[in-house]
Amino acid sequence: MSEINQSMVERYRNSFLKEVEANVEEGEWVKMCMQCGVCSGSCPLGTFWDHPPQEIFMMIRAGKRDAVLESDSMWMCTSCYNCIVRCPRGLPITHIMHGLAHYAKRLGIAPKNQPTAKFGQLFWDNLMKKGRVNELKLGLSLYFMNGFSEGVKTSLKMKDIGLGMLKTKRMNPMEILGGHAVKDAAGLQKIIKKAQELEDARIAQHGAK
Amino acid sequence: MAKREYSFYPGCSSQKGASSSNYLVSVQTMCDELDIQLNEIPDWNCCAASVGYAGGGELPRLALSARNMALSEQHNPGQQMVATCAACWLATRETQERLHEDQGLLAEANQALAEGGLKLKNETPIKHMCEVLVEDVGYDAIQSKVKKPLEGIKIAGYVGCQTNRPFGISGESYENPKYLDKLVETLGGDSLPGYEKKVQCCGGALAFSEPEKSQEMIKGIIEAAYDHGADMIVTPCPVCQMNVEVYQDQINATYGTKFKMPVVYYSTLMSVAFGRSAKEAALEGQVIPAKKLEALAK
Repeated sequence: MSEINQSMVERYRNSFLKEVEANVEEGEWVKMCMQCGVCSGSCPLGTFWDHPPQEIFMMIRAGKRDAVLESDSMWMCTSCYNCIVRCPRGLPITHIMHGLAHYAKRLGIAPKNQPTAKFGQLFWDNLMKKGRVNELKLGLSLYFMNGFSEGVKTSLKMKDIGLGMLKTKRMNPMEILGGHAVKDAAGLQKIIKKAQELEDARIAQHGAK
Repeated sequence: MAKREYSFYPGCSSQKGASSSNYLVSVQTMCDELDIQLNEIPDWNCCAASVGYAGGGELPRLALSARNMALSEQHNPGQQMVATCAACWLATRETQERLHEDQGLLAEANQALAEGGLKLKNETPIKHMCEVLVEDVGYDAIQSKVKKPLEGIKIAGYVGCQTNRPFGISGESYENPKYLDKLVETLGGDSLPGYEKKVQCCGGALAFSEPEKSQEMIKGIIEAAYDHGADMIVTPCPVCQMNVEVYQDQINATYGTKFKMPVVYYSTLMSVAFGRSAKEAALEGQVIPAKKLEALAK
């Protein structure tokens, strides 16, 4: 168990809700859920979630820490924002789902082979390098994220789509050599590093006994 | 018409050789016709889009958009910020709200920005290009520029998610926004107001990570357009455009359908209707050619 996960377990032994309120983005809203289920019914991929949002909210209050944080449910959020605009209590549900997913990842207990968790991390790492997304490298890293042989298979499957994008100049093979970037990448990285430090410090403080 | 100026945030996918570079070309043509000057924010960065949360926590993600907003305040003072990409607009507006509501977070964001020599006041309005068209320019002014009405072309207005929720265009509903249909009518085309998939999710970024689940939703979006006799689909979102256009062959292979439905940007429709060339309307950027627009643009 990661150190931060261990310290959170010890600190919030009796209340997962308090842990979520203190550490998850927009987590302070969870207690406002009245269990109407509109979010679950509005979710485009809801049928694939082990626990749709309404259930997640109740599970948080019931202290089902591992079942929530190890679930791949939140990772299937498409960020369509249906749940947010339909929630009669105005809970920022999309953000809470993102927040729970990110918190699980931060604690090192997110499901290991969840495709969106992997893709999302690739996306973040990609944009952090040069400050702008390199679509070509992102696409390739996605195809090869489960190893070489599967990568070759996926690439072949996606070949025609790539050709279509190439022909219409919506993909540029030269991007592999570097590609678009912000000029002040160093400045940007300093800004993000500082933001990361500030956030880590806040969460470490919550985890401290 | 007096010239309107905006501080412009084009976004990663609009860059040369990127997936919505065609969107930017047609936006520039459209703005040229409507006397809109777009002043690109110097050295803008990625907004982290929808799936950035996997790697980036709240403050690092907010700091990304905060940097863009600070650069906009510094280099294009007094100008409203406008984005063409739904995710760029959403992330930036979300940042603005979050930092507005939580002064502690704003202070932390500014502490981070100071590392790059920047400071954010957080006072610039953030708009989507569709808001500029509907609220600032207006349908009448758009109509007055139409030289080649899109007569007899049936167009399904696919608004999608992030241009519509959680913010949306002022005065429109989340469940049945009508501005895209009004725009089609303004350009002389036939809108399909009964098109029931206009706000259906296409899967967004999950089209990459969960292709089967997403393509099933995309299939519904295209099928409904055919059911209404559409010649093409129009959308304001780069992710919607790409997802609905480029996977049609794979969907056909999976489901035995015969889809070949063009999916265009509103700016492409407008550029053609304004009498501009196929190149200026970025019609060559269509993976599935929009033949009826090509014929009109000749």
